[in-house]
Amino acid sequence: MNILVCLKQVPDTETQIKVAPDSKSIVTDNIKWVMNPYDEYAVEEGLRLKEKFGGEVTIIGVGPTRVTESIRTALAMGADKGILVDDPALTGSDSLGIAKILAAVIKDLDYNLILCGKQGVDDDYGVVGSNLAELLGIPQISIVLKLEVSEDGSTVKAHREVEGGILVIEAPLPALITAQKGLNEPRYASLPGIMKAKKKPLDVKTISDLGLDAGQVGESGAKIKIMQITPPEERGAGKIVEGETPQEKAANLAKLLHEEAKII
Amino acid sequence: MDFSFTEEQMMFREQIIRFAKKEIVPRVQEHDLRGEFDFQSFRKLGDFGILGLHFPEELGGSNADVVTSVLAGEALGEAGVDGGLTLAYGAHTFLCGDTIFAHGTDSQREKYIPKLASGEWIGCMGLTEPAAGSDVAAISTRAEKRGDRYILNGNKMFITNGPVADVAVVYAKIGKDLKHAGISTFIVEKGTAGFSTGKNLIKMGVRASHTSELIFEDCEIPEENLIGQEGAGFLMAMQTVEWDRSALLAPFIGGMTYVLKKCARYAKERYQFGRPIAEFQAIKHKLADIKIFIEAARSLTYRIAWCKDQGRPLNHLEAAVAKLFIGDWSLKPANDAMVLHGGYGYCHEYEVERYFRDSRLAPIGGGTSEITKMIISKLI
Repeated sequence: MNILVCLKQVPDTETQIKVAPDSKSIVTDNIKWVMNPYDEYAVEEGLRLKEKFGGEVTIIGVGPTRVTESIRTALAMGADKGILVDDPALTGSDSLGIAKILAAVIKDLDYNLILCGKQGVDDDYGVVGSNLAELLGIPQISIVLKLEVSEDGSTVKAHREVEGGILVIEAPLPALITAQKGLNEPRYASLPGIMKAKKKPLDVKTISDLGLDAGQVGESGAKIKIMQITPPEERGAGKIVEGETPQEKAANLAKLLHEEAKII
Repeated sequence: MDFSFTEEQMMFREQIIRFAKKEIVPRVQEHDLRGEFDFQSFRKLGDFGILGLHFPEELGGSNADVVTSVLAGEALGEAGVDGGLTLAYGAHTFLCGDTIFAHGTDSQREKYIPKLASGEWIGCMGLTEPAAGSDVAAISTRAEKRGDRYILNGNKMFITNGPVADVAVVYAKIGKDLKHAGISTFIVEKGTAGFSTGKNLIKMGVRASHTSELIFEDCEIPEENLIGQEGAGFLMAMQTVEWDRSALLAPFIGGMTYVLKKCARYAKERYQFGRPIAEFQAIKHKLADIKIFIEAARSLTYRIAWCKDQGRPLNHLEAAVAKLFIGDWSLKPANDAMVLHGGYGYCHEYEVERYFRDSRLAPIGGGTSEITKMIISKLI
């Protein structure tokens, strides 16, 4: 079973994000970049399926050279090879642009299953996976908590959490799945794994290698445009609810929640 | 001179910090407070590959060089792992495991190293005795050859992992009049008749590691449990010193980095007289002093590791200087970190007092600062 995992590199969740002076981007100096946490579940699921069915896991990333570090991490976890699309023309791509690039990489590959994280934790759009499935014309099941591939490798059954229950969906392969937290517990890369990753193939491609032109991707090909990024409002000072007795305090709290916070 | 780490080493370091923060660190405060050995975390260190890092892959290790082993220890400390667990790891892997690996026969290696590398078994090493610490040649534990057995008699003191160990590497003398030349090294397994351990000693720091006496009363072991030749033990004990002065001390240096990060954050968040205390010169100086200690200690430690990787013979002077520096000179920065936190620094919750207590072992364990200075002065 050949599995493709799409990987994004995002700022470490512990990074303090600062808005750049143009108000449309963030300051990227001194940011620690890591594999998108949801993509880790996708990588882990791919590796588990490979361990069960055999085949190869290929990691596909889009972005500048630094993304190779995250691809190497996935290779160190046990994936077999990596592909990075790195091209200055990619700057400013929206989710659809990224999906187009991924589709251009994937159309020549032999695969049974594509795994993505359900969203990038940086801009949280959560649509690259579904756009990609649409461009490839394959079924997609998003935000998956549990995945079962049939013994003969022809279908996939995915569990999704819905309001008050679990929805189980089946699709024929090839299909695209986006991973939700809880799908699995991603492994850590071992030292031998890291040493082996050094020798695994990692191809770097430009958009012209993929037969795309600059107008289709990057800022010029984007359907949406970031107008402004603003940091969240600073939290105001807390308030101590007054009252002589617990009953009085509770009453005052209810009053504040109703009249000031307007949440009850 | 090349002071850089490889990309692979940096990636491994990242993995260790992530692993330790998630799997180990949330448990350390509780175990320190109760003075309990954390079997679960120890086993997880094994699963992750830390316990057998420098052993070959066919024996369950990862084939790491010494620099990578030091880097791993430092990363554990930097992630916030307590000195108790890292000491337990150090005694297990370097003092017990490495002695068997470096000097044992193939069958001894195959029997013990995979179990030690995975953490299925815990190891300890017994050299110090109630009346023989710095003066190693004065040990009085005896080994007597009787047919195809050795009979051990005597007591070992302050043995890290003593109460929890499945296997012990034990130094004992053969022949009454021999000094260094009579010291030999044996493997003793838990449950061997005549081998018992004392109660867990209550310590100031490194509380999550267990420490006790090892007691041998006509303890009979098969002759194949001798490591190397009779009389070769003193050299073996000396060779563990390289590990002791590098990989075993590395977590203390990483721990100081962890503490420094806490200090910097606290200094920026704590307001007095209308401004963060980080703006006061006295606080700035403390932060700088801690950083200076860390960088100097790292240089000394990685140098030993690098020499060992280059196959250079042990430089006793450098090893002694590193040991002395980390042991004695960590007192001030560890104290600064606690003082910087004011009253909170004295409370368990803020962790800097744990680091202060843990680091107090460094000038005592594995050779006191006083004896280390004697060695340094003899070598200059």
